[in-house]
Amino acid sequence: MASQQIKILMVAIALVAFVFIVPQSGSFVILLATRAMAFGILAMSVDLLLGYTGMSSMGQAAYFGVGAYLTAVLATKFHFGMGWDFWLVVVLGILIGAGLAALFGLFAVRAGGVYFLMITLALGQCVWGLAYRWNSLTGGDNGINLSGRPNFGLDLGNEVIFFYLVFGFFAVSMLMMYVLVRSPFGQSLAGIRERELRMQILGYNTWLHKYIAFIIAGGFGGLAGVLWAHTNGHVSPETVVLTTSVDALLMVVLGGAGTLIGATIGTAIVFGLREYLSTLVPWWQYALGGVYVLTILYLPMGLMGIPSRLRQRFAQGKNEDSKKLATKPS
Amino acid sequence: MTSTLQKVLLGGCLALGLGLTAPAGAEELRIGFIAPTTGIFAQVGKDMVDGFQLYLDEHGGKLGGADVKFIVEDDQGKPDTGVTKAKKLILQDKVQMFIGGLLASSGYALAPVSTAEKTLYISSVAAADDLTQRQLSKYPYFIRTSWSSSQPHHALGQWACDQGYKKVVSIAADYAFGYEVQGGFQKAFEDCGGKVIQKIWPPLGTKDFGPYIPTIKADADAIFSLMVGPMALQFPKQLRGAGIKKPILGGGTSYDEFALPFMGDEVVGDVSALHYSAAIDTPKNQAFVKAYRTKYGKVPSYYSENNYTTAQWIDEAMKKAGGKWPGPEAFIKHMASIKLDTPRGPVSMDDMRNPIENIYIKKVEKKQLFGYEKAELWNTVIKTYPNVSQFWTYGKEKFLAQPVYDRDFPPCKFCE
Amino acid sequence: MNTQFWVVQAFNGVSYGALLFLVGSGLSLIFGVMRIVNLSHGSYFLLGGYVALSVIHATGSWALSLPLAAIAIAALGIVMERLFLRSEGFEVVRTLVIALGLAILFTLAFQKWQPHIVGSKSEFAIVAAIATVVIYFLLNRISIVPIEADVLRQVLLTVGFAFLFQQAALDIWGGNNMDINPPPAFTRSIVVGGTYLPLYRVFMIAMAIAIGIVLWLVMEKTRMGAAVRATVDDAQMARGVGIDTNRISMFIFALGAFLAALGGVIGGAFLGIYPGLDFEMLPLAFAVVIIGGMGSLGGAAIGALAVGLADNFGKALFPEISYFTLYAPMVLILAIKPTGLFGRE
Repeated sequence: MASQQIKILMVAIALVAFVFIVPQSGSFVILLATRAMAFGILAMSVDLLLGYTGMSSMGQAAYFGVGAYLTAVLATKFHFGMGWDFWLVVVLGILIGAGLAALFGLFAVRAGGVYFLMITLALGQCVWGLAYRWNSLTGGDNGINLSGRPNFGLDLGNEVIFFYLVFGFFAVSMLMMYVLVRSPFGQSLAGIRERELRMQILGYNTWLHKYIAFIIAGGFGGLAGVLWAHTNGHVSPETVVLTTSVDALLMVVLGGAGTLIGATIGTAIVFGLREYLSTLVPWWQYALGGVYVLTILYLPMGLMGIPSRLRQRFAQGKNEDSKKLATKPS
Repeated sequence: MTSTLQKVLLGGCLALGLGLTAPAGAEELRIGFIAPTTGIFAQVGKDMVDGFQLYLDEHGGKLGGADVKFIVEDDQGKPDTGVTKAKKLILQDKVQMFIGGLLASSGYALAPVSTAEKTLYISSVAAADDLTQRQLSKYPYFIRTSWSSSQPHHALGQWACDQGYKKVVSIAADYAFGYEVQGGFQKAFEDCGGKVIQKIWPPLGTKDFGPYIPTIKADADAIFSLMVGPMALQFPKQLRGAGIKKPILGGGTSYDEFALPFMGDEVVGDVSALHYSAAIDTPKNQAFVKAYRTKYGKVPSYYSENNYTTAQWIDEAMKKAGGKWPGPEAFIKHMASIKLDTPRGPVSMDDMRNPIENIYIKKVEKKQLFGYEKAELWNTVIKTYPNVSQFWTYGKEKFLAQPVYDRDFPPCKFCE
Repeated sequence: MNTQFWVVQAFNGVSYGALLFLVGSGLSLIFGVMRIVNLSHGSYFLLGGYVALSVIHATGSWALSLPLAAIAIAALGIVMERLFLRSEGFEVVRTLVIALGLAILFTLAFQKWQPHIVGSKSEFAIVAAIATVVIYFLLNRISIVPIEADVLRQVLLTVGFAFLFQQAALDIWGGNNMDINPPPAFTRSIVVGGTYLPLYRVFMIAMAIAIGIVLWLVMEKTRMGAAVRATVDDAQMARGVGIDTNRISMFIFALGAFLAALGGVIGGAFLGIYPGLDFEMLPLAFAVVIIGGMGSLGGAAIGALAVGLADNFGKALFPEISYFTLYAPMVLILAIKPTGLFGRE
């Protein structure tokens, strides 16, 4: 238990350091950090499904997308959400993400393993198809431009203020998800992930547990979408494409599933390679692909798994040494 | 060998302190350029960069006397990455202007950045109509050196009517660019007395036209097509394969020089309209095509020419400013007041910051041109509409009073 | 909408389905035998087309490009399967390949920040060689974690390769939209009762039927086929009765890549060959497999026909919702029967 407290302390220190250091850097870094945090909420929601419930979703961009489109449509068509009502949009964004997940979950949650992966992929593609073709609402391929960020006394148009706001959402989301996975509900989710049949025998309604987790993840996806829309000031079908979902999944696996922190580390690395390394060198895609392949081959627990792998290695090394000593003829 | 090894070892030490470069302080024009240089649009992005680079190289890396620092950023074909890269260019590299953006969605996403950061944005490709029409007032630091989607197609509609075509079926990619191109054609064609009797909208990216070709009405005189990217190669081939011999009138991207070299001989005789053709027979264009082809091994597309011309435009505006950066507002004024002689012909700027330029009606021919030995497909110009503005002959006020062209505007009055 | 309309649409749908069968059957077999969802299957399709273009460029023969491209991509499939999708065997080669890749990246980085040291090609080669050796010995100290049992890691690995293949194809063949031109004899149309039927589409249908029959004969009538079917049904049991499932996996993966690449060459003449085609074909191949059921050859044929026809008639009759006509049935079938119409659990 003590080591758990140390971990929490470390994360808290890292977050505090982050929130103090980033605003001191150039504005471009602030922007990158803001983007990474907004997307990080999505990645954590994927981790909630993958790491804690064992469901690998390839359609999480759907909830992200509806949150983002909701924000953009309300702002441009109804001039709603540019003042204090921004907070209402946040609530609506969470609700629409959760609502869509509640609908999709009816189809998806029943399926397991690879079939879950494929059904969520198909569902995600349905949302993409709508974003792309429903021209009167979504602007089709042109997408929707937001005219500036909300201003309610606090002017979110200021990059630093907006950074703090997104950081707030990010930290609160992380805390809420952490509390959730530690709660009895989260514990039974983990139980389902490990042994679904046994949980059923013990009298748990495993479908309902998974369904609720799916809806919660959808809600966080919607929240991430709202923030994403304001971060970029623009929403287009690119927000909802299959690769957005795959990205989120890869970030989680890269950082380490079932850790929440890993999801954010993965997000930071991918954004760093894609948006920072790509300003420096033309071969960044090979670096990104290489990182994925290496992580999957050598680090199944992601980067967060490095400490345990090292420990394992040392233990193994000692064993081998003692074996050698034992078998050595003296 | 030893020296190489020494270098390696030395480099290993130096590499620890990497990436420290000091900016120089002389009169320098810093230009950011946003184009997809990786991902599926990489070749288009390369054409864009090459066009600009060619002009720079021809002028010793200087525009209007100022040394140019040309920084290319990869937007990966994603609007939101484009926004990030634009901010990087502005905030970190302190560019005075940024240029580019390929897709309409990129153009729409980048324009607000220019407003927010008070930095000049020159759209050198993205053609979305409303950027220089109903939404222009939102973007005071925005100017376009290329074209608006409907601009060449008003002229094509008029031309089709003048040829005596009465009934046309249109088949156009189902997205905003397709609506604007088709709308421009239909508006001018019907205002002249023609009838669009059927509108077919295959989704963007359709390559199998099997479902659409049989539905084309048999009593049409001609077919208007707007194809983008890989669609352009397949539509004429499959249409002819299905035995339909009606003339094709193409929107600009259906037959541009990006697609033409990879097409078969069945497209010979097809007509299209655009503000550029590599086959424009002027000394200026011939020199441009030859220089570009020598350097990059391919015929320039309009993506290349538009960016070459953009560099020329900046060059002249900087000369007008006396070689010193005058700030974005003044620079836009300089750009708007210039008349240029470019490979695509004479260009100037209207008061909505969109070019007034020649529109070429072109016919695909297989021939030798500019002294090249092989017979190749070229877009031979068969009629020039000089100095066409984005408002065609309608006048600005009247044109802006109507909504932006859409799937159902102009309505299909003559469809059954 | 007369009968001619329905005949032509049905013909178009069937011919498109024929192409989808080539892509989908390989994907289905790979899943059936190895339980791997191969997201680089679209890449095989595209790479097949590109290799064919190179063959045509070099030899001028379209007929030759069909087998050569398919064999080349099958070889690529074997390499990928042996080195990366299974953890045992070829450790040295795998580690060397990874080390070489990393070393090149490292050298590129070195060149970027220290251009005066790694200037010429020979200097680049020397640095890369040294780096390869160093990285090889470092990597040798850590072993890869077996990937066979982990579905998600396998899927993501194939995605990683799909990204790498996409960029590599761009760097090798450029980003132009290209087209494969079959001999002129194929570009004509035959006229049946006043209806034009493009000969190439007839060829596609014939090709798919021929390949389908060969596959069926191999699966039903040969020892190898029996072993494959046994592995699809129950891999553990198959191993128990002495079937070398390891070799079966390699064979099926190669076959899948072969079929996808063949589809790329045949489809290239009618879809074009261009960057991004890989990720356009992938969802279609999935639709085929999902509807037909994983691991079933007959299912793949039915699924391909269904997707080809649904796509064709959907686009012709309800153009506004044409993406829906593809994905919504997929969702419904998955929700009702997760293993697809003909899939066995």
